[in-house]
Amino acid sequence: MNTRTDRRIRVATGIAAALLALGFLLGGFVVLLAVSPQAPDFAALFSDAYIRAIVGFTLLQAGLSTLLSVLLAIPFAVALHRARFPGKRLILRLFLLPQALPVLVGALAVITIWGQSGVVSQGLTALGLPRLDVYGLSGILIAHVFFNMPLAARLFVAALDRVPTESWKLAGQLALPPLGVFRLVEWPALRPALPGAAALIFMLCVTSFTIVLVLGGGPAATTLEVAVYQALRFDFDPSRAIGLSLIQIVLTALVLIATLILGRDPAGGFGLGAKARRFDAASRVRDMSDALIVTLGTLFVASPFAAVVVSGLAADLPRLLTETAVIDAALTSLAVALAAASLSVVVSTLVLLAIEALAQGRRPGRLSRVTRRSLETATSLVLVVSPVIVGAGWFLALRQVTDVLAAGPYVVVATNAVMAMPFIVRIVAPALRQANAETGRLAESLGLTGLARLALLDLPAMRRPLALAFAFAAALSFGDLGAIALYGSNDFVTLPYLLLQRMGSYRTADAAGLALLLGLIAIALMAVVEGGLAGRRRRPT
Amino acid sequence: MSRPRRPLPRTILALAGAAAWLVGLAAISGQASAEGADKPTLTVYTYDSFSAEWGPGPQLKTQFEASCDCTLDFVGLDDGVAILNRLKLEGPSTRADVALGLTSDLIPEAKTTGLFTDSGVDTAELTVPAGFSDPVFVPYDYSYLAFVYDTETVKTPPKSLADLIAGDPDQKIVIEDPRTSTPGLGFLLWMKAVYGDDAAAKWRELEPRILTVTPGWSEAYGLFTKGEVPIVLSYTTSPAYHEIEEKTDRYQAAAFDEGHYLQIEIAGILKGSEHRGLAQRFLAFLVSKEAQQILPTTNWALPVRGDIDLPEAFSHLVTVDKPLLIDPETVAKNRRAWTDEWLQAVGAR
Repeated sequence: MNTRTDRRIRVATGIAAALLALGFLLGGFVVLLAVSPQAPDFAALFSDAYIRAIVGFTLLQAGLSTLLSVLLAIPFAVALHRARFPGKRLILRLFLLPQALPVLVGALAVITIWGQSGVVSQGLTALGLPRLDVYGLSGILIAHVFFNMPLAARLFVAALDRVPTESWKLAGQLALPPLGVFRLVEWPALRPALPGAAALIFMLCVTSFTIVLVLGGGPAATTLEVAVYQALRFDFDPSRAIGLSLIQIVLTALVLIATLILGRDPAGGFGLGAKARRFDAASRVRDMSDALIVTLGTLFVASPFAAVVVSGLAADLPRLLTETAVIDAALTSLAVALAAASLSVVVSTLVLLAIEALAQGRRPGRLSRVTRRSLETATSLVLVVSPVIVGAGWFLALRQVTDVLAAGPYVVVATNAVMAMPFIVRIVAPALRQANAETGRLAESLGLTGLARLALLDLPAMRRPLALAFAFAAALSFGDLGAIALYGSNDFVTLPYLLLQRMGSYRTADAAGLALLLGLIAIALMAVVEGGLAGRRRRPT
Repeated sequence: MSRPRRPLPRTILALAGAAAWLVGLAAISGQASAEGADKPTLTVYTYDSFSAEWGPGPQLKTQFEASCDCTLDFVGLDDGVAILNRLKLEGPSTRADVALGLTSDLIPEAKTTGLFTDSGVDTAELTVPAGFSDPVFVPYDYSYLAFVYDTETVKTPPKSLADLIAGDPDQKIVIEDPRTSTPGLGFLLWMKAVYGDDAAAKWRELEPRILTVTPGWSEAYGLFTKGEVPIVLSYTTSPAYHEIEEKTDRYQAAAFDEGHYLQIEIAGILKGSEHRGLAQRFLAFLVSKEAQQILPTTNWALPVRGDIDLPEAFSHLVTVDKPLLIDPETVAKNRRAWTDEWLQAVGAR
C-alpha cells in the first residue's frame, strides 16, 4: 500500500465515522420533522420579541461565561504548570470532576457556597457586611465558571505539556523573567489551544438549562434550550422545537466558524520529544503569586465539592450502599459510561486521523481544506443539538422496528458517545498534529502505512491524550441525564436518574448521599482509566 | 518523536475490556423482555415517583395481582406531561393500557388526542372537591398547592395570598416555572383565580420577593431544604412527609384565606387496549378503600374517599375550605396568553 492509498483510506473511514455520528443526530431531527404537521415557521420565530430577547440573552451569558472561564484558566494553568508541589495530579484530576457532576447537584453545591445563605454570605454577615445576592447573570456566570474553567485549565495544562524541553532550557539559560517566559514560550503554546477551548465552552454554555433557570433569578434569564424544552415537553409542538433548535445550531455554527478563522493555528511547536522539565529562574515573588493563584483556583473549584461531601456524609450511607437499586444503578451507569467512552474514542480517532491526513497532503487543495473544516466543525456542533429532540426522534424511529424500552440503553450510549466527541477531538488533535509535523515526512519516506503507521506513529503519540479523553468522556457520560429521560423504564435506571428520582420525592438526604457516591465513583473511574491507559507517567527528571 | 514503546497492547487490552462492557449492556437491555407470557400483562404508564419502590406502585401491584390473575407492569416516566407526550409520540399503537398520573388541567389536551375511551367506572361515591366528575377520567387523589415555610426562620407566616404578596421583600420565596412545571402552572392559575385581570399587577408586586424561578419542583424544594430560601411553593401535604418520615414539624404549610388551588390526579383507559376489562378492574381497584388507604403515605396526596383512616400527621395539615379550580377548557384556551402575561409582568419581555 502506498502513502496515497493510505491517506485515501484514512480520509474515507474518517468521513464515514463523522457521517455516522451526524446521521445519528440528524436522524432524530428528520424523523421528528416528518411527524410534525407543519414545517418550522422561521419568520414567525424571528419576529417574536420574546424569542429575540432569549436569543440575545443566550449569546450574552454564553459569551461572558466563555470569556471568564478562559481568562481565569490561563493564569491558573500557567501557575499550576510552573509550580512544583505534591498533590498536583490530584488537582488535575479534581478538575475533571465538574463534568461528571449532574448539573443540578453542581448548581445546588455552588449555591451552598455562593447563595444568599451560603458559606460566603455567612462569612460576610459575621463581619457585619450584607449577604451576597448572586441570583441573576452573576450567579449564572459563577456556576458556568465552576463547570468550565477547570475544563479550560486542563486543556491549557496539556498545551503547556507539549512545549519541548529545549524551549524551557533556553528560557532558563537566558534567565527570562516570568513575563518574558509567558510571551516567548507559554503564550505561543497556549494560543493554538485557545479557540478550541473557547468554542467548546461556548457550546456548553449556549445549551445551559438548569443553571440558567435556577440561578437566573427569574424568566428574564431564559436560554433557547429552555424554549426548546418548553416547546417539546410542555407544549408538544415539535415544529417549534425544531425551529428553535435550528436557530441555536446556526448561531453557534457562526460563532464556531468565526473562532476557526480567527484562531488559525500558527505552526506547531517543534522539539526532540523530551518533555516538560522547566528551568525557571528562582523567584520568591513568582512562587508566592503562583501559590496564591493555584490556591484560589483550587479553592473555587473544590469548595462546592466539599459541600457535596459534607451533605453526603449526613446521609444514611450504609443503607444506600447496600440497596439493590443503588448498586444496580451504579453498575448501569458504569456500563453506560465505559461503553459510550469507548465508542466515542473510536469514532473520534477515526475522524481525527482523517483530519490529519487531509492536513498532511502535499498540496492541500481547496476541496480537502473544505472537507477538513467541515469535519472539524461537524464534530463540534453536536454539543448544541438538543438531546430532547434527538431522543424524541429516535424514539419515534425505533418504535417502528423494535421494542423502544429495550433499545433505550443503546440510544443513551450513542447519544453520550456523540456528545463526548468534541471533548475528545479537542484533547487529542493537538498531540496528533504535533506528532505528524515531527515525523510525518519521515514516516512517508519510509513508506510506513496502514496499521503499522497507526501502531508505530499515531497511537503512541495519542496515547496519553487519548487516556485523558477517555476519562473525560466516561465522566461526562457518567453524570449525564439528558438522553435517558424519554426512555425511562424500571429496568434501566442510571445513578443520576436515581438521584433525581429521590430528590423529586422529598428524599433529599438520599439524594445528597447518592451525589457523594456518584462523585467518588467518578473520581475512581477517572483515576483508573487515565492512570491505566496512560501508563506510568515518566518521572519528571 | 519518542521511540515506539511496549504499552500499546495495554491500550488495546483496555479498549477490549471496555468493549466487554457493551456486551454486558446488551444483557441489561435483554433482561426486560424475558418475562412469562401466559398471563395477560396490564401496562400502566405513570410517573416515576408513583412506580418507585417507596411509591404506591409496588404495594398496589402486589394487591392487584393477588386477585387479577395478571401481571401489572408500571412504566415510570417523568411526570403527567411526559406521560401525555409519550402517548402522543406513540399514537394508537401504544403499549399502554392505562395512563395514570395526568392532572385535570391536561384533560382537554388528552381528549383531543382521541386516544382515550370512557372508563365505565362509577365515580359517584367519590369525594373529590369542586365536584369533579368526568366520563373518561377517574380521579384517584388530589392535593392543594400551598406555600411551605421553615418555622425556624419564618415567625409570622403569611395568612393569605395578599399577605404573601405584601410581605417583606427581604424574606425570599422560590417558585416553579409555569413554562416547564405543573406546580408552576398551578400557581399561575391560582393567581388568576384569585385576582383575575389584576393578576399581572399582583405578579409585579410579588416579583421582588421571588429569589428565583426553578424549572421544576425538585430544584425549588432542594433550595428550600438546603436553607437557601425560607418559603417554597409546594403542597399542603408536604409537612405530613416530614412529620411521618423524618419525625420533624419544622416545615409547615401556610393556610391562605383566599383558598388553595386544587390539583386532581386522574387515570384513564386507552382506546387501543387489548385488556379493557382488566384496565377497568384496575381503575375500580384504584379508587377502592384498599388502594386508597395506601396512597396518602406513599404518594403524599389526599384520598378521594371519605372512609379512609388517615395517619395522625394528616390531621395537622391545612384544611382547605375554598378549593380553587379553573375549568380545564378555559385553562387550555388561555394558557399561552396567561403565560405571556406572566412573562411580561415579571420582566422577561
